[in-house]
Amino acid sequence: MQVTVKLFAYFRDNRFKEEGREYPKNTTVTDVVNELGIVADEIGITMINSRHCDQDAALKEGDILAIFPVVGGG
Amino acid sequence: MADKIYRINMSDLSTSLEDVPADWAGHGGRGLTSTIVAAEVEPTCHPLGPNNKLVVAPGLLSGTAAANSGRISCGAKSPLTGTIKESNSGGTSAQILARMGCKAVIIEGQPKDDKWYSIHLNPEGATISEETELIGKGNFAVVDTVGGRLSESTGVISIGQGGEMQMAAANISIKDPDGKVRSCGRGGLGAVMGSKKVKFISLDSGGQKVDIADTDKFREANKTFTKALVDHPVSQALGQYGTNVLVNVINEAGGLPTRNFTSGQFEGHEQISGETMHDVIVERGGKPKHNCHKGCVIQCSQIYNDLKKEHKTSGFEYESIWALGADCGVDNLDNIAEMDHLLDDIGLDTIETAVAFGVAMEAGVLEFGDGEGMIRITKDEITNGTALGRIIGNGAGNVGRTYGVTRVPVVKNQAIPAYDPRAIKGIGITYATSTQGADHTMGYTIATNILNVGGSVDPLTKEGQVELSRNLQIATAAIDSTGMCLFIAFAALDDETCLPALIDMINARFGIGLTADDVTNLGKTILKTEHKFNQAAGFSNGEDRLPEFFNLEPLPPHNMVWDFSGEEIDTFWDF
Repeated sequence: MQVTVKLFAYFRDNRFKEEGREYPKNTTVTDVVNELGIVADEIGITMINSRHCDQDAALKEGDILAIFPVVGGG
Repeated sequence: MADKIYRINMSDLSTSLEDVPADWAGHGGRGLTSTIVAAEVEPTCHPLGPNNKLVVAPGLLSGTAAANSGRISCGAKSPLTGTIKESNSGGTSAQILARMGCKAVIIEGQPKDDKWYSIHLNPEGATISEETELIGKGNFAVVDTVGGRLSESTGVISIGQGGEMQMAAANISIKDPDGKVRSCGRGGLGAVMGSKKVKFISLDSGGQKVDIADTDKFREANKTFTKALVDHPVSQALGQYGTNVLVNVINEAGGLPTRNFTSGQFEGHEQISGETMHDVIVERGGKPKHNCHKGCVIQCSQIYNDLKKEHKTSGFEYESIWALGADCGVDNLDNIAEMDHLLDDIGLDTIETAVAFGVAMEAGVLEFGDGEGMIRITKDEITNGTALGRIIGNGAGNVGRTYGVTRVPVVKNQAIPAYDPRAIKGIGITYATSTQGADHTMGYTIATNILNVGGSVDPLTKEGQVELSRNLQIATAAIDSTGMCLFIAFAALDDETCLPALIDMINARFGIGLTADDVTNLGKTILKTEHKFNQAAGFSNGEDRLPEFFNLEPLPPHNMVWDFSGEEIDTFWDF
C-alpha cells in the first residue's frame, strides 16, 4: 500500500521531507520508524492524517504519516 | 539594603522612594504588578487617563544568577481590553532594576502640558527630564541615542511612535544584551506609557548586586534547576529551531489559522517554517541560537539577516511569523522579517497588528498575500499616524468595527494568536477565560494538546480541557511572578527536580520557607485578584466567550466548530 511519510526538524537530515512510500498491509508507525532508522526515544509527536496517533497504530492505504522529534515553542 | 518602591508622579513631576508594604513583599513580576494595579487603580478609570498607573516590576529571582530569570513585567489597565494587564519580556532591564534595589516602579498621573519626558532610575532614586530630541523616533534610535548619552550598559525601557500616538496595539520595548529590543507586546501598555508622556526610562544599577540570604543553598538549587532545563529535549529543540519550529507542527495538526481564520492549514507553511528559517539564517551568516537576556540556557532567540547578510531582526518568534505570514496569506519570510523589524521599531505588538492586517485584508483594504502592501502601509500610514494607520494600529477589533467585518478573531478585543481553538480546544478555554483577553501564554495548553509535554489531552475533544487550562493558568501566574521565562515550564511539567529547585532558589534568596502548595496558592491568588479587578471594571461571564464565527464556521481540515457551552466555560472559575 502507498503511504505518504513526512519528516520534520532534524529527522529530515540525510533522509527526506516528504515521500510516497510502499509498505505491506498492517504496517505500523513503529515499523516505519525502524525502517527509517529513527531513534524511538527522540520522537515527540506522530500524526496520521493530522490526528495524533500511538506508535503501534496500523497504517492504511493513502494515509499521511507525520513524524516529529520532541519540539516546543510558544 | 531593603528594596524600595519607586513612585513617579507625572502630574506634578515628583518622585519618591517608599518602603515596600508587607502585603507586597512576597510578590514579584506579574503577581506584584497585578497586586499594585488592583490596589491602586480605579477599575472603571479610562486606561489613557490620569487615574491609570503603569507598574514595572522585576521578578522574585531577577538580578540573581538563577538561569532564565531575566523577565520584566509591565502592568496597568489595558486600553485594548479594558481588563487588568500584565505583559512580560526579556532584555536587560529586569536584572538592572533588581540590582538597584527596585521592587517596582509606579508611574502615575499625567502632565497637564504637551511636553514629553524621560525618567532615569538608579539606586538613589528617580529623576524626570524633559525630552525633545527623541520624540517621533523609533525604538532603535532611542536605544542607540540613550546608550550614547549615558553608557552602553544602561538599561532602556521605551516606546516608539505607536506608543506616542496611544495606539491600542502599542507595546513597551526593552533593550536587550545586543542593543536591540524585546517587547512587552500585548495589551497596548505602550499607549499607557505614552499617555503619561514618558518616552523612555533609563536604568543604572550603580554596580550593586542582589542580596542572597543563603548563597550555598542558592547555588546548589540553581545547579539542579539549570540541569533540568538544559537536559529537557524541548529546551534543546528550542535552541536549534527557535519557537518557529511550530509552523509545521500546528499546520500538520490542522490548527494554523490561515487567511483570517478561514482554514487550519496554509499551503505556504514550508516557506515560513522553522526548518526553512534555520537554513536561511545559517546561509546568511546569522545566528540560529541566541539569548534575549543574560543567564538564559535555552536560547530560543536568533538573529535573522537580510539578503545582504546584514541584521534584519532578532527574536523572530513563531507567533509573529504565523501572524504576519499564514494569517495574512504571506509566504515570503523576508517580507515577514521586514515587518517584524518595522513593528519593533514603531513599537507595535506583532500579533495584534498582523491580525488587524488579516481583518483588513478580509475587508478588501489589501489582498491576502500582499506582504509588500503591508510593509508600505506600516511605513507610510501607521508610522505617520494617518487615518488608515490608526485604524490598523488600534487593533483587530477596531478594524472589524470600522469595516463591518464579522469574522474578527478577538476575545475581550485582543487578537487571538497562532492556534485555532476549533482544532485545539484547550487553548480556546484559555482564550475565553484568561483575565487578559486572548493570550496563549496565559495557559499554554498546546504543550499537552499537541506537543505531548506534561501528558497528552486530545486537542479535538472537549474532555479535560477546562481542567488543563485551569491548572496551567494557575502555574503560569506563579511562574510569571518569579521573573522566570515561561519556557522553564516544559522542564517543570516533565522533570520532578525542576520545580522544587525553583522553590528552593526563592527560599534561599529571601530566607523564607515556601512550599509547593504555597506556590500553587500564589498562582490562584493572582488569578483571583485579576478576575476581581475585571469584574469591578464591568466584565462578567458573558465576556468569557469566543467570537460567534467559531461556533458557526467549521474549520478545514477537521471541519470542527467551537462547541463549548457558556456553562461549561464558566466552570473554569470553580477553584
